[in-house]
Amino acid sequence: MAAAQKYMQVSVWRGDEATGALEEFDVPAQESQTILDVVSWIQQNADATLAYRYACRVGMCGSCAMMVNGKPRWTCRTHVKKVLGDNGRLTIEPLRNLPVIKDLATDMTEFFDKWIAAEGVFHPTKTRYDEIEGIDPESSVRVEANAAIECINCAVCYAACDVVSANPDYFGPAALNRAWSLVNDTRDGGQAARLEAVSSNGGCHNCHSQQGCSTFCPNELNPTLSIAGLKRETVTSLFRRRS
Amino acid sequence: MLDLRLYMLQRVTAIVMGPLVIGHIILIVYAIRGGISAEEILSRTQGSLWWGLYYGTFVLAVSVHAAIGLRVITSEMLGLRGVGLSVLTWGSFAVLLVMGARAVYAVTAA
Repeated sequence: MAAAQKYMQVSVWRGDEATGALEEFDVPAQESQTILDVVSWIQQNADATLAYRYACRVGMCGSCAMMVNGKPRWTCRTHVKKVLGDNGRLTIEPLRNLPVIKDLATDMTEFFDKWIAAEGVFHPTKTRYDEIEGIDPESSVRVEANAAIECINCAVCYAACDVVSANPDYFGPAALNRAWSLVNDTRDGGQAARLEAVSSNGGCHNCHSQQGCSTFCPNELNPTLSIAGLKRETVTSLFRRRS
Repeated sequence: MLDLRLYMLQRVTAIVMGPLVIGHIILIVYAIRGGISAEEILSRTQGSLWWGLYYGTFVLAVSVHAAIGLRVITSEMLGLRGVGLSVLTWGSFAVLLVMGARAVYAVTAA
């Protein structure tokens, strides 16, 4: 005789920021199950109107991040067993620090706008007719760039950052981490504009080095270290300009 | 809220305050151990350009450093922005500078 199906109680945020509330669902517990599996089960079996976002399901696209028991997680690679509290309950909410569109889907517009504001964009210096520039993989700048380059834009660090919560102008860890990887890109021609951008009101100098970003980054990047690099680079550029 | 200029001002004033704080603590220990009175202290500080410069620099550094720190705290904790934040920054700088300068003047003026 098959063992009786076990269920877990899952609280899911429904609605928008102002009028929304948590709604309870009983979800069948499986031996191996991710948070995204739980959300998908609810949408497919309990309430088809549940709004959430995902794409690749394998931790590459950065679409499915949500707050799980109060902590930001990439839900497709987060196993239920890893995050289930002692009370056996799950609470799934939309990412912190971003406006909620509906249910678990947030509006990422400001997150990506801040990438642009922090000059997290590549400024090419060559055309397609030029030779491809050789980059020494062992060079110190390339090693620095490598350390910051695997960001998947999931906004987990943005949700984990208390400075973003307290200061809406702050660009946040992801945008500044991207800016740092480009500071170390020898092919880029926009360094002066970038250093000016990250020195502005919402820039790297607002970071308190609390390291929430580094704690929760699912790809184990260290945006705090990148931001420290930007602080160092902006300060030394001050002296370079005067000499 | 904190750009490179304010960040640098706060770091530079911290560097200035470091040795001044140590000197100030050494001075307190020295003054208390010897058991010298207020009159004896004032007799040494009044008319001294060096003590005036020492504590004048201290007051200036504290005023800049603390005003920027208060700016960050009030902005992040109370949500103060824009003109209100500038008024608070400059206001706290001015209050600290005037109060500190009065104290330095009282102790070092001849």
